[in-house]
Amino acid sequence: MSFTWKFTAREIAEKPELLAPGHRMCSGCGAAIVHRLVLKAVRGPTIVTHPTGCVEVTTAIYPYTSWRVPWVHTAFETAAANAAGIEAAFKALRRRGRLKYDHVDVMAFAGDGGTYDIGIQALSGALERGHDFLYVLYDNEAYMNTGIQRSGGTPLGAWTTTTPAGTKIPGKPEPRKPIEDIVVAHGVPYVATASPAHWMDLVVKARKGLEAKGPAFLHVIAPCPRGWRYESSKTIELSRLAVETCVFPLWECVDGEHKLSAPSKAIALKPDLKKPVVEYLKAQGRFSHLFTPEFERVIDEIQRVVDKRWYLLLKKCSV
Amino acid sequence: MGLGRGASRGLRDLPPTILSSPKVGSVGRTGSWRLSRPVINYDRCTKCLLCWIYCPEGCISRAEDEKPIIDYDYCKGCGICAKECPMDSILMEMEEV
Repeated sequence: MSFTWKFTAREIAEKPELLAPGHRMCSGCGAAIVHRLVLKAVRGPTIVTHPTGCVEVTTAIYPYTSWRVPWVHTAFETAAANAAGIEAAFKALRRRGRLKYDHVDVMAFAGDGGTYDIGIQALSGALERGHDFLYVLYDNEAYMNTGIQRSGGTPLGAWTTTTPAGTKIPGKPEPRKPIEDIVVAHGVPYVATASPAHWMDLVVKARKGLEAKGPAFLHVIAPCPRGWRYESSKTIELSRLAVETCVFPLWECVDGEHKLSAPSKAIALKPDLKKPVVEYLKAQGRFSHLFTPEFERVIDEIQRVVDKRWYLLLKKCSV
Repeated sequence: MGLGRGASRGLRDLPPTILSSPKVGSVGRTGSWRLSRPVINYDRCTKCLLCWIYCPEGCISRAEDEKPIIDYDYCKGCGICAKECPMDSILMEMEEV
């Protein structure tokens, strides 16, 4: 794949806003920024499908909708199955000559609950069948919509209502599931991670995902002021810190070949730039219990997990 | 029942229901949620549009001369624009109650 275009702020600004303002997402919501930016990458006619999740309940309260593109909502586990069905229907229409468009982009947006836990079998099936669609995972690292319950994407040591920090348990005892590696193992043409702080990187990756021939997967971190317990103005700062501390490194995998993206590559080439994970943790209230004498060891454990995953990623990218 | 003889066949024959069409402010004027309001100092603004990029609400629009304008009907006052402005030209002012 080679790309000659480049997005600039002004060029993106020329594109129509496909998610209308006046939706019910919280003030400072990271997922809202992710949706706005990813929708800037569409090439023309687009269909979006959502499973249940924060964005679904906040943008489509019956009988109103904020979506300026055709939009389908289905059950929690079926984001990928639904996108696969839409794509197959277009294929059938094209075969009969009843499709008036040359191409229709199919996008599925799902939260971490709908991807890591509930939707993984539908996702795995759709990836294996090779449908041509873009799956965007906006990862706010817990079931925020129903009141901050733990999911497979919740990081080690994080407080949630189902993994409360007490005197014995330091928040969630397990590290998060490496969902991108699971998707890469399916052998799909395009997998990438992105952060809204690096907005141009995010829009370009969304476009690459749409242009890939076959399923594409985009994992985007979407900080949640309510669930992560921080002030709403720090959403972008935290998504930047996640990249700088290598908690959420940015990379893309085209046809099985890993490549670091510019913000993470800078850290790989100059390891001094890598910030300690403490800076990311102390900015969030959900990790505040770790800064007590009895749970300080968990911070070291988190740093160890992050370092190990970063080391393995560097090896994959052969840096 | 199914689609037997005399059953409804087209959209028009279906029982009356509400069809939704997308609109701005689908859940009302969310600006009423705001605690503090962002105010742009246009003397310092370089029109980089970063506030527009990072606005979760999408309520910042551009005037003809590219300067950003905030729609206070929908701005929820999160303060991301003020935090991310490289020129510090956006200030958050407390709303009067």
